[in-house]
Amino acid sequence: MDTAWPAIRTAGFDGFVVSFGDALTEPANRAALAFRDALEASGLEGVEEISSSLVSAFLRFDPLSGLSHADMQAALQALLDKRDWYEAPLPRGRRLWRVPAVIGGDAAPQFSEAAAAAGYSEAEAVASIARQRVRVQTIGFSPGVPYLGQLSPEWDIPRRKKLNPQVPAGSLCVAIRQLIVFSVAMPTGWTHIGQTALNLFRPASDTPFLVRSGDEFQFRPVSPAELADLQDAPDGGATHEPLP
Amino acid sequence: MDRLAIIEGAALLGQPDTLAALEMAGRGGVFEATEDVRIALTGAPMRASLDDTKLVWGASHALPKGARLSIGAVTEGTYGYLHIGGGFDTPLELGARGAHLAAGIGTRIQGGQRLPVGPDVSGETGLRVAVDARFTGGTIHIVPSLQTEFFPEAEIERFQATAFRRDARGNRMGVPLLQDGAHFQSAAGLSVVSEVVVPGDIQITGDGTPFVLLAECQTTGGYPRIGSVLPTDLPRVAQAPPGTTLQFRFVSLDEAVAIETRERKRRMDLRKSITPLIRRPDTIPDLLSYNLISGVIAGDSPS
Repeated sequence: MDTAWPAIRTAGFDGFVVSFGDALTEPANRAALAFRDALEASGLEGVEEISSSLVSAFLRFDPLSGLSHADMQAALQALLDKRDWYEAPLPRGRRLWRVPAVIGGDAAPQFSEAAAAAGYSEAEAVASIARQRVRVQTIGFSPGVPYLGQLSPEWDIPRRKKLNPQVPAGSLCVAIRQLIVFSVAMPTGWTHIGQTALNLFRPASDTPFLVRSGDEFQFRPVSPAELADLQDAPDGGATHEPLP
Repeated sequence: MDRLAIIEGAALLGQPDTLAALEMAGRGGVFEATEDVRIALTGAPMRASLDDTKLVWGASHALPKGARLSIGAVTEGTYGYLHIGGGFDTPLELGARGAHLAAGIGTRIQGGQRLPVGPDVSGETGLRVAVDARFTGGTIHIVPSLQTEFFPEAEIERFQATAFRRDARGNRMGVPLLQDGAHFQSAAGLSVVSEVVVPGDIQITGDGTPFVLLAECQTTGGYPRIGSVLPTDLPRVAQAPPGTTLQFRFVSLDEAVAIETRERKRRMDLRKSITPLIRRPDTIPDLLSYNLISGVIAGDSPS
């Protein structure tokens, strides 16, 4: 692929994706978040949905309401041309979350595979995960689910060939230098390496999603008994503090 | 799963298609009205009866207070819909009444549960809608997706030439497609960056199995997608029962706009295709209570 970035492409019949790269980089992620915010602020007509993913902003519209695909593409290009999006700052109001997690153990038997793939003993792998501060690069897959990155290069392990039929709510999974914590039980192609007590999606709350893009995470390894005690604690024992 | 069924039900009851209906996967249940209500039955045909009288599917009916509505198994297709005059008035969650069970939004309706009903605006029943048959698979139109270009031309051709069978493991998230040939391969591999997913996307999972994503799909995903099903044809995929044949054909974005425009017009005109159910007198248990002579229809009633 010799696509030039940023690129505007259609997604399905009624969507556009504006992508800032084909691999996750820090500037591409910042650009996607900033472009998403700019799309929301632009008040473009005929738009039905706006969101962002790791390196892209998504827009859904009604191509039958008078605004053609070509019109929408031109409007997106005009907005793209307004600035260098890779230079955009991170969102404001970011927080650092300290999250207790059981890494490995009986509840996450795939951890040993992941540790081996990263070239670590299990103890080294736990220490590596706990040492690294990762950022919420997008909320996606399922409501409130943070994609956390970017881990050091040895964690660049591919998705699994065979789907995990189901991993539990709060489970910690890894692939391609990223971590995910699931909000509800889900099938996934990522490797299941641990468990948290986070409640990431609270549909009845004023703020249904616990964490936001730009927030940072640091995991604190705990024993299964400690995590069991935290199941009913506020935010599953996680604490947060403002980031500058 | 089948938005057309929602529109058909709204047309039958003469109400907005934004009101909530009950989706029934595979089979229905037994319902009792605590007030006189109107219902419509759309989507995959199911065996239905009102007390002991068989009910026509794809039609509206009066459900008097105390009567028992029994809805059994599908005879064709997968998802049947029960609509009610005024719509089901369940509490809003995140601004809607729909369920996304995988994401923890909304819940399944349980036996013994009471469902609130909104105010009904009309009283007309005994109508039938022209049903677009979509319950036996067929040819599905698709447009290119974000990763279509990662698939070699030969794989795209083979994809369009393959008669897939809908796997029994499908659910509201999506349906896997079975076929006897080699697994589908892309140059994207298993390490592409996760991108936005839209309902209708056909992702090729790690073992090469195509998977058509439906209403309850994830919002982002990293498996490469070979194409995306047009909204018009998505009910045909959702309704295909296990084992039915599905084939896919790429169309350009311009062709897609033409297809979607035609279908939107047809859906807007659905109300004009509503016709009275022809009732055989021997199936009307309370025949003598009808005023059989002086019935009139206002000539200016909306068609």
